Amino acid sequence: MKKTLFDKVWDSHVIRSIDKGPDVLFIDRHLVHEVTSPVAFLGLKNRASKVLYPNRTFATADHNTPTINQHLPVQDPLSANQLRALEHNAIENNIPYWGLGHEKNGIVHVIGPENGITVPGATIVCGDSHTSTHGAFGAIAFGIGTSEVEMVLATQCIMQPKPKKMKIQIDGSLNKAVTPKDVALYIISQLSTSGATGYFVEYAGDIFKEMSMEGRMTVCNLSIEMGARGGMIAPDEKTYNYIKDREFTPKGEAWDKAMEYWNTLSTDVGAVFDKEIRFNGNDIEPMITYGTNPGMGMGISGGIPSSGSLEGGVATYKKSLDYMNFQEGDNMLGKSIDFVFLGSCTNGRIEDFRAFTSIIKGRKKAEHVTAWLVPGSHKVEEAIREEGLLDIIHQAGFELREPGCSACLAMNDDKIPAGKYAVSTSNRNFEGRQGPGSRTLLASPLVAAAAAVTGKVTDPRELMVEESV
Amino acid sequence: MAYDKFKVLKSTAVPLPIENVDTDQIIPARFLKATERKGFGDNLFRDWRYNPDNSPKEQFVLNNPIYRGKILVGGKNFGSGSSREHAAWAIYDYGFRCVVSSFFADIFRGNCLNIGVLPVQVSAEFLNEIFEAIEADPNTEFEVDLKNQRFTILASGANTNFEINDYKKENLLNGFDDIDYLLNMKDEIEEYALKTPL
Ligand code: SF4
Repeated sequence: MKKTLFDKVWDSHVIRSIDKGPDVLFIDRHLVHEVTSPVAFLGLKNRASKVLYPNRTFATADHNTPTINQHLPVQDPLSANQLRALEHNAIENNIPYWGLGHEKNGIVHVIGPENGITVPGATIVCGDSHTSTHGAFGAIAFGIGTSEVEMVLATQCIMQPKPKKMKIQIDGSLNKAVTPKDVALYIISQLSTSGATGYFVEYAGDIFKEMSMEGRMTVCNLSIEMGARGGMIAPDEKTYNYIKDREFTPKGEAWDKAMEYWNTLSTDVGAVFDKEIRFNGNDIEPMITYGTNPGMGMGISGGIPSSGSLEGGVATYKKSLDYMNFQEGDNMLGKSIDFVFLGSCTNGRIEDFRAFTSIIKGRKKAEHVTAWLVPGSHKVEEAIREEGLLDIIHQAGFELREPGCSACLAMNDDKIPAGKYAVSTSNRNFEGRQGPGSRTLLASPLVAAAAAVTGKVTDPRELMVEESV
Repeated sequence: MAYDKFKVLKSTAVPLPIENVDTDQIIPARFLKATERKGFGDNLFRDWRYNPDNSPKEQFVLNNPIYRGKILVGGKNFGSGSSREHAAWAIYDYGFRCVVSSFFADIFRGNCLNIGVLPVQVSAEFLNEIFEAIEADPNTEFEVDLKNQRFTILASGANTNFEINDYKKENLLNGFDDIDYLLNMKDEIEEYALKTPL
């Protein structure tokens, strides 16, 4: 039978199929962080059970950590308690633990690929919905709830009905200043935040072939924002080059053996998807969101759509615009902004910092803008220094913070104040996501940089003119 | 985690006719700092329910005493966003045992099923009927019959079937959880793991 990439990886991990029930799926690698794991460890203890495969489990502290003065004790007692619990649980269960200050510490979805935990054909889960990021390597990766975290700790398995399969094909080429983030925001704006619910997505076509691994991670990361369980891209030379020689990837003979398997990981010609969608890469322009879910995105030069032109409830749409204090038909260009956030597992990798600095280079941060530049990991931070980007950042009047999730979910002190506008490279513009009352405009690192130096929503193409001649 | 068995639930319902209710609304991230599963109900819909000075927002449905019950009825695409099970815990802890919508986000639905909250998906038309019934009479009662997979508006008798797979249904009816099931097949799992490279 002809199989899709997803079928191949899923089917080979099914230990048992329950009649009229879910599949029992073996999980190769499990990532754990401080927020969604303590209750799972507690459950394990209450059952007098222990972690079945500690060497398939990896723990990092990221969601709840400060992004300044990480060498000092964490001030918020509740956060400190949660971090201590993770450390304690990891040590007690012999799980590799990369806490604050550790050289491998960082956002869980940044450090997975960075350290070679993420490999093609693997099943990877984590108690965080953006686990879909790891699909960029041809892995099946998805977010789970805390009961399931406990399940995987105790049994290295998860019970899930097999999702349906969707293919999103984008050919053509990308216009100037259009980044992987724009591609993803474009897809979500077309499909809505529930358009792929129940599906696992495979991204195919020229656009994704051309894309860097970092870019593929950004796209797969945002799969969840269209409702999909996850997204994946077939591995190729780029994938192998990226993972080769990283700490946890197979070496020597084991690598050759793995390559044999990995080379089978593409969708067979003639395999059938439950749904196929096509877009043209040339139709995409730099994107920005104007509402309170990631599906409310538009080309940056356009106007906010009127409620009549959209499907869904008018009341909900109006509530959303009210919250943002925007009107139907408004142009986004020129709107004044207060904060810029560069970071998160969506856009906190080195390539994102390269993009951001390409715009701010030789310019100055707008005076009224507060900017938080937060690398996704210590390794990203190190690369920023090594590549000389830190000098550009400082010369333009910005500062670099220490790694973590930061204002992506604002569990730490990095909260956007009520009523303020933030251009953010993260993944969610929900009401209050970046702090109670905060107003988020999701965009690419290029758009964020343009906003940071002009103080308003600005088309990055305007700032790129000189460089292209 | 053990939870109460779910049999037949008869209750009034609380209406929340808003679409795309995401888990950040159900429980904002700043309330996720606990290391135990306790007290999440107090912060259910925190920012819709309370002003920044912690005074209740009168117009929000949970602050309106005429609406109460063990069933929460939400608009389309309920539970989108984050995988935080805390959202389902908050709903359970507040006292809801069933959430009705015309469409659920995947992870949220799974989380509910894992902790003993029954997600009931109905058609958009039937959802409207439910909202209208509550609007006409906030005391109107509904019946959720898990065994027969039927949701009924008792006043009018209008009813609809809902989907749930047999395995999950048995679990909910009996208060079983998946981990017990998996622990019972440990040999099979270990055998599989042996031939799987890390
Ligand atoms: S950066 Fe944001 S989305 Fe990513 S893991 Fe952290 S909180 Fe989740």
